[in-house]
Amino acid sequence: MNLRGIWAVFRKEFRENLRDRRTLLSALVFGPLLGPLLVSGLVQFSISHAEEQSDENIKLAVTHAERAPNLLAYMTARGIDIVKVDFDEAGARQAVVTQTHKIVLDIPEDFGARLQEGQPAPVILYSDSSRAFDRGGVGRVKWLASQYGLEIAQLRYLAAGIDPISVLPISVQEVDVSTPTSRSVIVLNAMTYLVLLSMLAGGLYLAIDATAGERERGSLEVLLTSPVPRQHLIYGKIFAAAAYMLISLVLTVTMFSVAMSFVGLEKLGASANLGPKAATTLIACCAPLILFGAAYLSIISGFAKSYREAQTYLGLVITIPTLPIMFAGLLGLQAKLGLMFVPFLSQHLLMTTVVRAEPIEPLFVAISVLSTLTYGVLLMALAGKLYKREGLLG
Amino acid sequence: MLEARGLYKSFGKIAAVRGVSFGARDGQITGLLGPNGAGKSTTLRMLYTVLKPDQGDAFIDGLSVIADPLAARRSIGVLSHGAGVYNHLTARENIAYFGELHGMSRSDRNARAAELVELLEMQEFADRLAKGFSQGQKLKTALARALVHRPKNVLLDEPTNGLDVMAVRGLRKLLAQLRDAGHCVLFSSHVMQEVEQLCDEVVVIAGGQVVAAGSLAEIRARGGDRLEDAFVALMEPGEVKSGGAP
Repeated sequence: MNLRGIWAVFRKEFRENLRDRRTLLSALVFGPLLGPLLVSGLVQFSISHAEEQSDENIKLAVTHAERAPNLLAYMTARGIDIVKVDFDEAGARQAVVTQTHKIVLDIPEDFGARLQEGQPAPVILYSDSSRAFDRGGVGRVKWLASQYGLEIAQLRYLAAGIDPISVLPISVQEVDVSTPTSRSVIVLNAMTYLVLLSMLAGGLYLAIDATAGERERGSLEVLLTSPVPRQHLIYGKIFAAAAYMLISLVLTVTMFSVAMSFVGLEKLGASANLGPKAATTLIACCAPLILFGAAYLSIISGFAKSYREAQTYLGLVITIPTLPIMFAGLLGLQAKLGLMFVPFLSQHLLMTTVVRAEPIEPLFVAISVLSTLTYGVLLMALAGKLYKREGLLG
Repeated sequence: MLEARGLYKSFGKIAAVRGVSFGARDGQITGLLGPNGAGKSTTLRMLYTVLKPDQGDAFIDGLSVIADPLAARRSIGVLSHGAGVYNHLTARENIAYFGELHGMSRSDRNARAAELVELLEMQEFADRLAKGFSQGQKLKTALARALVHRPKNVLLDEPTNGLDVMAVRGLRKLLAQLRDAGHCVLFSSHVMQEVEQLCDEVVVIAGGQVVAAGSLAEIRARGGDRLEDAFVALMEPGEVKSGGAP
């Protein structure tokens, strides 16, 4: 078989698109820059927010503070800043809604009396549960209030001659086994998704330009009169799109690696495994997908009647291969043998394993690489068949 | 040398070409004349191998376009309708690309591109990206691209569409040069004057069939002194014959 035609088409498409701003922006700038910046920016933000929260004392507005001086002293000693206010019920609600005070504690009039009589003494805590950032503060106030109650209870038991330990039959001890690295995966989960998307986007415009674009410009017909088998023409185009995807993939992963090294993940008690070695492994895991992706996009845009139509199609279909990843996220899927046959999903799971710094199963990698390459070759053959159709000319 | 033998082609229910046969000899310019929608483009597309005939066959220098399209393509140069060029390549690169597709070595295709740039007087824009080219510049680029592998047979689909007078003149001169160099030139047109000025042989197509073929003199003899009258006579055989000479 004479492969000269494939090489000629590949070189021409590669060179022509190197001069096309759209291709360059999508392959070299948008994906590789925006994804890593976005994720590292988000991570940076959540880190600084967490730091801020842990350093800051919690502010608690209290109505009728004079009714529970001991409780409030207990809280003040444990890092709660008490602000004395004077609200009725509506006023307290209003203060929380407008966020003049994030948490308001109302001490009812009979609080002291009920406490002395040994009856349950309610306090009323106003907060807005739709504001996720303040939940930590509310939880802490609640916990302190119940701890204070517990201490009073223990004193009562002592006074009644009962060992307070005996009324606490169960004590829960929490052990958090997440390692710093596995914790960081939660933060970095968006990364594998963006890597795959950015990889596909790298070849997107070339795939459109080389198929629907070529037909719209009217150069396809002449191209088909050259003595190169039709399927070789599309193979050359697919390889060119694949080359841009590879560039985009390498740049994106490299940028993630660099950007994450600047983000102080260790302050969150987490560190992502994204050094040069992990980055290389990530690229190697995804590389077999390139042929699949390039053939996939070329086939779809080959069906489109115009450049614009192809753009519309591809904007949608580019997200389809990444759907299994979303399911994996929702279902909490782990790397399993059977899942290695699913393109995109197997790459996502392998990447997650690498980033978690967990050992990676050679058999899994082999299945993922071989099955994905097989799908890619099959899709290429399909593209070749489609290019032999006359309907191609539109 | 080109030969169409009993070509049929339908698109769905529409029969575009219904039994077209004709020949085009080397050293002659043959015009495929007919109104819009007569089947000229479809016939040409079967000759230059992008469409497969439903029935019949066509031969390029004796090679069947059905049995061996790749070999047939080696000896044809095609200027398709619209003459699209690659916007992000220079004129010279557009030409060389097709040389490469035809299997020419780098030095060979570059030398040939330089030759064509000279021949078609493209020096001024040869090394500019095709993005901002005028119709005439695009056509010259597409023409050079069609000629890069020195094809024996040149097929052009409505080559003068959208060209100004000067560009048409240039094209005419070039086609005459190709004829004199012994090439077989076949072009389609719906413009009578063009055919009249250029062609040695004319094939008139209407409704997907050849309604007349022969030298200009023969065609005139059948319908009237001017080709236009002959053309009209051929299109509407029932009513015209009385028109006669002017």
